[in-house]
Amino acid sequence: MAIWLQEDSKLLIQGITGSQGRFHGKMMVEYGTNVVGGVTPGKGGQTVDLADREVPVFDGMHEAISKTDADASVIYVPARFAASAIIEAADAFNEIKGEGLIVCITEGIPTLDMVRVVGHISKSPGIRLIGPNCPGIITPGEDGGCKVGIMPGYIHAKGRIGVISKSGTLTYEAVAQTMSVGEGQTTCIGIGGDPVSGTGFIDCLAAFEEDSETEAVVMIGEIGGTAEEEAAAWVADNFSKPIVGFVAGATAPPGKRMGHAGAIISGGKGTAAEKFAAFEAAGIHIARDPSEIGAVLKVALEQAGLL
Amino acid sequence: MNIHEYQGKQLFREAGVKVQDGVHCKSVEEALAAYDSLGSKVVAVKSQIHAGGRGKGNLYCPTSGDLLMEGGVKIAFDRDEVETYAENILGHILVTKQTGPAGKLVSNLYVEAGCEIAHEYYLALLVDREAKAVLIMASTEGGVDIEEVAENTPEAIHKIWVDPTADLLESQKRKLGISLGLQGAALEDFFGMIGSLYELFVSNDCAMVEINPLVRTKSDEMVALDAKVSFDENALFRHKDWDELRDLSEEEPTETRAKEAGLSYVKLDGDIGCLVNGAGLAMASMDVIKLYGGEPANFLDIGGGANKESITTAFGIILDDPSVEGILVNIFGGIIRCDMVARSIIDASREIGLSVPLVVRFSGTNHVEGKTVLDESSLEVTTVSTLAEGAEAIVGLIGGGQ
Repeated sequence: MAIWLQEDSKLLIQGITGSQGRFHGKMMVEYGTNVVGGVTPGKGGQTVDLADREVPVFDGMHEAISKTDADASVIYVPARFAASAIIEAADAFNEIKGEGLIVCITEGIPTLDMVRVVGHISKSPGIRLIGPNCPGIITPGEDGGCKVGIMPGYIHAKGRIGVISKSGTLTYEAVAQTMSVGEGQTTCIGIGGDPVSGTGFIDCLAAFEEDSETEAVVMIGEIGGTAEEEAAAWVADNFSKPIVGFVAGATAPPGKRMGHAGAIISGGKGTAAEKFAAFEAAGIHIARDPSEIGAVLKVALEQAGLL
Repeated sequence: MNIHEYQGKQLFREAGVKVQDGVHCKSVEEALAAYDSLGSKVVAVKSQIHAGGRGKGNLYCPTSGDLLMEGGVKIAFDRDEVETYAENILGHILVTKQTGPAGKLVSNLYVEAGCEIAHEYYLALLVDREAKAVLIMASTEGGVDIEEVAENTPEAIHKIWVDPTADLLESQKRKLGISLGLQGAALEDFFGMIGSLYELFVSNDCAMVEINPLVRTKSDEMVALDAKVSFDENALFRHKDWDELRDLSEEEPTETRAKEAGLSYVKLDGDIGCLVNGAGLAMASMDVIKLYGGEPANFLDIGGGANKESITTAFGIILDDPSVEGILVNIFGGIIRCDMVARSIIDASREIGLSVPLVVRFSGTNHVEGKTVLDESSLEVTTVSTLAEGAEAIVGLIGGGQ
C-alpha cells in the first residue's frame, strides 16, 4: 500500500483544456495515471486527447465525479480561480463520496483565499488537500504508477521510502538521492511552499507510520514558519521509522522572501538552524548537504536493521 | 509589498480607524506649511521609509557620511524645530536596525498633529501560518520592540484567532479589549476600531497591519499613532490601486527587474553567483556553496517557465553584480529540459560576454544532452553531476574556500 494515492486511483483534471492541464495531462497518462476526465466550465461535452486516450470534459466537478467515480482531482487553473476550484472539488467529493483527494499545483493564490479554503475544507474530514504551489504527489508502481502533478515521473521507482517536501526540484533531488543508494519510493508528496496550505508534514508522517510498505522517510523542509519544529516534536512521540531530514535556507538572510511565499525568516523565527536542531533533538538523521541524503539514508537504514 | 505610514494612515482614515490629522510632505517648505495648517502646537515629524526602528535610527549625510541627527521621528514644539528636523531628515540617509548599515534615503516626511497620551499599546493583525487563520495580537507594552516583549514578558501579549468561516466575533473583541485593561469609552472605541481594522485587513488582502504604538488618549480615545501595512503580492490581480501606492524607490531595482522577467532574485553578500530552477533547490545550492567554504552572491530561481530570454536576463543580472567572481548553474530538469538550458547558457554567454568561471550541474530531464551541448561548444565551462561537486568546483576555481 502507498498513502492516499493508489496505482489505479481515478483522476480528474480541473483546467483540463488549458495549456498546463493538457500538457501535464499527457505526461500523467504516459506515466500510467488513470486520468478519467476533466473539468473546464463552459466546455462540457468536449473531449481532450491525452497521449493514447480521449477523456471527457465536464462543466463542473459534481457531474464529473458522478459520471466517472473519480477518487482524486488535480488543479491547474490560474491563481485567481484556484480557491473556487478547490472548494468546488471539496464540496462535490464530500457530497458524492464523502472523501476525495485534491492536489492543487497552482502557484500565487492569495493567502487569505487559502485561509478561507482551509477553513471550509476542515469541516469535511474525508477531504484531503495537497498544496497549493506544489509539485504534487506520486505513487510509483511496478510498471508506471500514479503521478498527480508536474514531477518528472521517470526519476522514481517503486520502493520502501516515503518522501515529503515543501519544495519542487529539491524533492526531485531527494528522490534521486534515494535512487543513488538503490532505494525506491512508496509515495512522494510535495506539500508546497506557501504560508497556508492543506496537508502538512505531520499528516504525511502519520500516514507513513500507518503504511506497512513505508520503512523510512526523507523529509525536506525550508526556512519560514514552525512546521518543521512541530513535526519534529510529533515525531519524537509518535513515529517509529527512521527519518532523514534536510532544511533548505541555512544561508538565507532574515526578512527576505526566498522565492516561495512562505520561505521567509521573520522576527528571528523560522531559521534553518532552529529546524535542524529540532530534527536532531527528535532523533532525525540530518543531512546538511542534499547530495548526502542518500548516504545518510543508508546509515539510517543500517542502524534500524533494515539493510 | 510594503507601503508608507502616511499611506497606511489614509487607509485607516477611510476605514474609520482613528488617526491624528497629518500631512505628507516632500520638502521643508511643505513641512512648514503643514505645521501652519495643522493648528497643533506640538507635532511629530516622521521620516517615511519602508523599515521599522525609525525612532531609534540615525540620520547621516549621504555625501560626507556625517551624523546629522539621532532619531528619525521627532517631536517638534514649535515652527523652528519643524524646520530643523525636516532639514535633517529629507534627502538624508536613515539607518535603523532594520535597514542594515547602508540605510535608506528619506524622500518623504509625515507631519502629524500631537496628542495627549495616557497609555501606549501594541496591536497587530497577521496570518498565522500554523493556525491557518488571521491572528490579532495586542499588548499593553506599546511603543517598544515587540520581539523583546515576546521574549521577556510573553504573558503581556494577548492573542485571538479569527475563524475564517465565522468572522470576528463580538466576544473576541471584548476578550481582547478587557485583556488590555480597557474600560468605558476607551473599550467601546476599541471595539469599533478592531472591527474596522479586521475588515480593512481582509478587504485589502493585507499580509500584516501593525500599530505600535496604538494609544489611549487622555480623553479615552483609541488612536493609531503608527501604521505599518503590507499587502500580499499574490492578490495584486484584484487590487489595481496598489500600483499607485507602490514606491519603487524603496524596492531593490535588480529584484524588480528579475520579477518582470519571471525570475525570483535576492542579492546577497558573497562572490559566487547562482542560477537554479526551483526555490528550495536554489536555497540548498547557496547552503552547499557555504558548506564548501564559499559565499553565495545571490538567490536566483529561474522558475518552471524559464526560456532563453529569462535565462539571458538571469545571467545579465548575475554578471551586473561587480562582486561576482564565478557562477554555479544548478538545474534539476523536470518540465525544464537541460539541453534547452545549455543552449540558453551558450547564447547568453556570447551575448553578455562571460568573464568569470562557470560550473554547470545538470540532472534530470535531458541532462546527458545538456552536457553534450556544453561540451561541444567553445564555451569554457566545467560540468559536474552532483551539487556537492558543483559547489566544490566553483569554490576551487575562484580560489576561495578552506
